[in-house]
Amino acid sequence: MKFRMDREALADAVAWTARSLPSRPTVPVLAGLLLTVDGDTLTVSGFDYEVSARAEMAIDAGDPGAALVSGRLLAEITRSLPAQPVQFATEGTRVVLTCGTTRFALPTLPVDDYPTLPAMPEPAGSLESDVFAAAVAQVALAAGRDDTLPVLTGVRLEIEGDALTLAATDRYRLAVRQLSWQPLQPGLSTTALVPARTLADTAKALATGPEVVLSLAIGTVGEGMIGFTGAGRRTTTRLLDGEFPKYRSLLPVESPASALVTANHLVEAVKRVALVAPRSSPIRLSFAAGEVVLEAGGGDDAQATESLEASYEGEPMTIAFNPGYLLDGLGAIDSDVARLALTTPAKPAVITGKEPESTYRYLLMPVRLAG
Amino acid sequence: MSRGRVPPVGPGADPVGDDAGCHILHIDMDAFYASVELRRRPELRGRPVIVGGTGSRGVVLSATYECRAYGVHSAMPMMRARRLCPAAVVIPPDFAAYQDASAGVMEVFRAVTPLVEPLSLDEAFLDVAGARRRLGRPAQIGELIRARVQDEQDITCSVGVASTKFVAKLASARCKPDGLLVVPADDVVAFLHPLPVAALWGVGERTEEQLLRLGLRTVGDLARVPVCTLQRALGPAAGGHLAALAWGRDDRVVVPHEPDRSIGAEETFPTDVDDPAVIHRELLRLAERTAVRLRATGQVGRTVSIKVRFADFTTLSRSRTLPSATDVGRTVYDTGRMLFDGLGLQRARLRLVGVRVEGLTPAAGVPRQLILGERDSGWREAEQAADRAAHRFGAGAVRPATLVDPLQSSE
Repeated sequence: MKFRMDREALADAVAWTARSLPSRPTVPVLAGLLLTVDGDTLTVSGFDYEVSARAEMAIDAGDPGAALVSGRLLAEITRSLPAQPVQFATEGTRVVLTCGTTRFALPTLPVDDYPTLPAMPEPAGSLESDVFAAAVAQVALAAGRDDTLPVLTGVRLEIEGDALTLAATDRYRLAVRQLSWQPLQPGLSTTALVPARTLADTAKALATGPEVVLSLAIGTVGEGMIGFTGAGRRTTTRLLDGEFPKYRSLLPVESPASALVTANHLVEAVKRVALVAPRSSPIRLSFAAGEVVLEAGGGDDAQATESLEASYEGEPMTIAFNPGYLLDGLGAIDSDVARLALTTPAKPAVITGKEPESTYRYLLMPVRLAG
Repeated sequence: MSRGRVPPVGPGADPVGDDAGCHILHIDMDAFYASVELRRRPELRGRPVIVGGTGSRGVVLSATYECRAYGVHSAMPMMRARRLCPAAVVIPPDFAAYQDASAGVMEVFRAVTPLVEPLSLDEAFLDVAGARRRLGRPAQIGELIRARVQDEQDITCSVGVASTKFVAKLASARCKPDGLLVVPADDVVAFLHPLPVAALWGVGERTEEQLLRLGLRTVGDLARVPVCTLQRALGPAAGGHLAALAWGRDDRVVVPHEPDRSIGAEETFPTDVDDPAVIHRELLRLAERTAVRLRATGQVGRTVSIKVRFADFTTLSRSRTLPSATDVGRTVYDTGRMLFDGLGLQRARLRLVGVRVEGLTPAAGVPRQLILGERDSGWREAEQAADRAAHRFGAGAVRPATLVDPLQSSE
């Protein structure tokens, strides 16, 4: 096998596929990246039984063949090469990589032992890659990071015709985003629970191309898998098992009180006041006509207060939140004005953009103060 | 003290000796659990009584002096104790009663000085330096406490009076039961040197063996060995520590009331268990018991840990820190069970399981992150209601259905 190509494209592809490699591989070959040349295309693949990643790119010239080399080492090497064409060739049991006057000789792993990558499920539809990436980022932040509740570490994808809904919750907050997409079959109705971290990484990596194609299992082909294709890259991920909480009933139908606040002013104020709220201790928000007062700390500890202009409708109310969770929501609404819809100090607040009927809703459970 | 039993009073000790400078008191209840039991069953007075587990793996927790005469002592397997003293009356432990009695005793101590360091339910160190003007000499204070404990709790205790904690503790052990012993500051060395090395604080079986191999049998032998020799044999810290103790030097001060760092419960199975359903049920019972104690003491904790001891005595523990502190048995159980299931035991035979909650803080003043979809009154409120029922109708009045033994449900 032999090929020659631009350093940057190779380095990008290697860096991306190497991300899916296991840090402690169960079998040695899984630490490798598979490089395959077929015609004028180079394919770089990585696999850890959960996630498979494959990047394709054009090469300047080459001889067909395949080689399996340590992914981590190859990623470090390609990243640090000078900006010159890279020549890559197998020589016996080694591969030799030359770039300018730099030359690396790397041992290879047995290609025959490498597992077959899972088949890509059937394409189900597509959407703009940057829209997808932004929506995933808005939702994935609410997913749990606790592996003991695996269902909550996922983002739920719900497809109902041309409506795509993403939802994630760690039981303390819930983020829901609705968007439209282009299904290949009209009337497609299905759901999938995708590991949030993988989904966020994938959506970001594929945002370099114009669109993303989602592939979902239909029948038994690719059961329990989801695939994403775009920008010359394709990846499959094993879905999470288990039942996602029935979250729709948690979304309040209407709220007796609501406040509109300039989003970035509120973000800055929360960050300042939260300086005296150590380790997940709450920040208190007191809403009254025309203003919201933020407070944290108290007793013998440090205290802080700040008041902000707010347009508030409803009975005056004091409600407390984990400041980190509050900032996550305010940062995700993608709007100049934040709307906080409130019910009682013990019921979830709904953070949206200015309009209550926003496509993004961030439901945040308050902290109950002592006493 | 189960080890390093101290021989009867010898030279250098004088019950009413010079107590100047002896401001440390070590007070130890005599056969505490058994004494509390005798209090409510006076007909058993004078008979050998043992408090402990009655199962095949039960252990003696406390034995009256009548019983100790037969060689029975605490931590001894119950089977053996019964063989030694077949006439003994064995009573299963009632920790709630001991806790009550202990609280009463500690109250007596705290009326004397705020510097009370409880070591367990039935013993404590007191620093009475500041109480002398008010209440008299340390020995007088010791007698005062003995009288009050006898008066208010109807149980006896023994008091060691000395200038350091460890000598005071040795002194109380030597005047048991129902005694008081002062070791004057000038006589500490004479008091210590005839004692066996095992009497020293920090000398366990291993160290004792090492010392005996060096030919050091008494504290006096130890004291005459150069520090550097001891340090070579036992390591720099342990060697230095023992050399200091052998000359009666002990800098530890009385630290009043160390708050609980953790609350937990554990259970040794009557026979080894490999059935996950039985183990889960035991975890639930222990979690409930732990949570009841948390709520009773007004504390919440963030870290839940479990302990598992296998048939071969190897022991594992696992812990997990929760997003917010809890005193809910259900949460403790769910976490404990998850930790247990996470061990992936393939029906390994277990001897013991334990559940513990660590990182305790007072429940009052702890804000609680609410959970989506949680009902306004959840497990916490249900368990608080069960606490109130237990208060009126006795422990276990309300408990999880899986813990109701069908054979006993008519109780």
